[in-house]
Amino acid sequence: MSTILVQVIVGGLLLGAVYALFSSGLTLIWGMMNIVNFAHGDFVMLGMYVAFVIWTLFGAGPMLGVPVAALLLATLGIVVYFGLIRSIMKGPMLAQILGTFGLALLLRYAAFWWFGANFLSLPENIVGGTFDIFGIRIQASRLLAGVVALLVTGGLHILLTRTSLGSKMLAVAEDSTAAQLMGIRPDTMQAIAWAIAAGVTGIAGALIATFFYIVPTVGETLGIVAFVTVSLGGFGSVPGALVAGLLIGVIESLSAYWIGAVYKDIVVYSLFLSFLWFRPQGLMGKS
Amino acid sequence: MRRWLWPSVALALVIAYPLLFSTPFQQRLGALVLLYAIAASAWNIVGGYAGQVSVGHVVFFGCGAYAAMGAYSHFALSPLVGIPIGIVVSVAIAAVVGVPTLRLSGHYFSMATIAVAELVRLIVTNTDYLGAGVGLSGPTVPRNLFDLSFISALPYYYLFLAILVTTLGITWWMTNSRMGFYLRAIRDSERAARSLGAPASRTKLYAFMLSAGLTSVAGALYAMMFGFVDPESGLGILISVKMLIMAALGGAGLLFGPLVGAAILVPLEEISNNVLGGKGAGLTFVLYGAIIVLIARFQPGGILTPIMRLWSRRGKAPEIPVATGASHAP
Repeated sequence: MSTILVQVIVGGLLLGAVYALFSSGLTLIWGMMNIVNFAHGDFVMLGMYVAFVIWTLFGAGPMLGVPVAALLLATLGIVVYFGLIRSIMKGPMLAQILGTFGLALLLRYAAFWWFGANFLSLPENIVGGTFDIFGIRIQASRLLAGVVALLVTGGLHILLTRTSLGSKMLAVAEDSTAAQLMGIRPDTMQAIAWAIAAGVTGIAGALIATFFYIVPTVGETLGIVAFVTVSLGGFGSVPGALVAGLLIGVIESLSAYWIGAVYKDIVVYSLFLSFLWFRPQGLMGKS
Repeated sequence: MRRWLWPSVALALVIAYPLLFSTPFQQRLGALVLLYAIAASAWNIVGGYAGQVSVGHVVFFGCGAYAAMGAYSHFALSPLVGIPIGIVVSVAIAAVVGVPTLRLSGHYFSMATIAVAELVRLIVTNTDYLGAGVGLSGPTVPRNLFDLSFISALPYYYLFLAILVTTLGITWWMTNSRMGFYLRAIRDSERAARSLGAPASRTKLYAFMLSAGLTSVAGALYAMMFGFVDPESGLGILISVKMLIMAALGGAGLLFGPLVGAAILVPLEEISNNVLGGKGAGLTFVLYGAIIVLIARFQPGGILTPIMRLWSRRGKAPEIPVATGASHAP
């Protein structure tokens, strides 16, 4: 394998780790309360703008941007849960789709109104330049984003499977009435789930902002990436989202390298549709 | 007799509107309301009556728009020729895409339709024959009446009105046919409908195809009025969203729901664009988003539903309000 190909694959894996991180936010909500957040991509977009604002205000990089984005988005998650999700959850399906779709428009065009439609970006060397490992050139920002995203995704998985909070959330997902009888408050657990999901999505946004263009409509593209990842990895599975995210990252990079950058989205969307059509349970799901 | 009084008054007012409000802005506004009402009514067939929330209807809208403009710019024909072509292509796409996609339920269907729409937009943006990123234009100077290129909005108003009436007529006919009963049964519970022998897949597919054909007519009319189509105005996801919002605001699954929604949202958008100018483009959609969130939160059946309920309590003809079932796994 040529060096350039290895470089493309490594780049894809690092980007894919960030995809995996924000997709696990989507899959958590989905698995827990069977609601699809159509505004999920716009949560990523907000995380990116938070990183941008932090840089313009304080000249600080992701060291500050990431925790601030996590906190702000987690707060937004709680607000969205109590303000909107809790009441539309029991409503008709049209209301569920409309509700999160409306939220998406609201956030996207609020960003558009406030920041304008221009493509923004953080300075290229905000994390440190580019370096060589065995002849492979890697941007420090991508490396940092990929590694942090992997760690946070892993942490989320441990939180969900190894802690008592995780078990409580799982209990609510399984059967919220039964969980209530065991003394678990479904409402609190679901609000926490929204806070966590939105928080990790904010982290992903602040990370990806260090090397990605920032524009109000970026959430549209990234939201579809999250749908693809979740449908590929199986609905509700964080490890599934991780594998699928890395895979999508590599597929995207390879198709950009082989066929051309404009066609990479076409490849990913076609993949998504073929999965929805032919294998809706995902790669790792049970049929 | 009294049953027909109010509908006749309403129809007379709609016919007289452009004569009563005769400034170009008002006439254009009226034409746009009718145009969006056609698109939203077409969406309503599959989104409201069948309960399949499609976010990809812009594909059919784009088919109509591109067919109309393509007929002119590639073959120097009247854009009118594009209407049947757009219908045929849309119905064919609906059939091909519908078979696998309509098997998905709830959110999955919506997601798949978004992906189809984005895929089509990306493909068209990279196809030179369809004008790539620039799009296609219609006749700049009308050669004859059949180019349907008018400066005044008045001819468009009556053309759109005729087509809206046709669309609503088809919808009304459908709801009272066997298909309408199947659709309502499927919307309330697909499993129950199937177990009672309603051909769910076939009925949903027919509704999808019918809706697609009518949506493409709306697209063709849009392109004729504006004289051009590009990937953003003909295939942007916002157009799907507008159809969905207008129908849902008025009342999805109600005959006049989309018209009411369009009559509220189109003037709102035009006026806020006028008042706020270029900077208003963002704010208009912030407002749109806020309206949808509020509707979903407080009145998911649309604003016509409580009015209809009041109406039927007074002993007037009742209509079935929307009662979409909860989401299911695929």
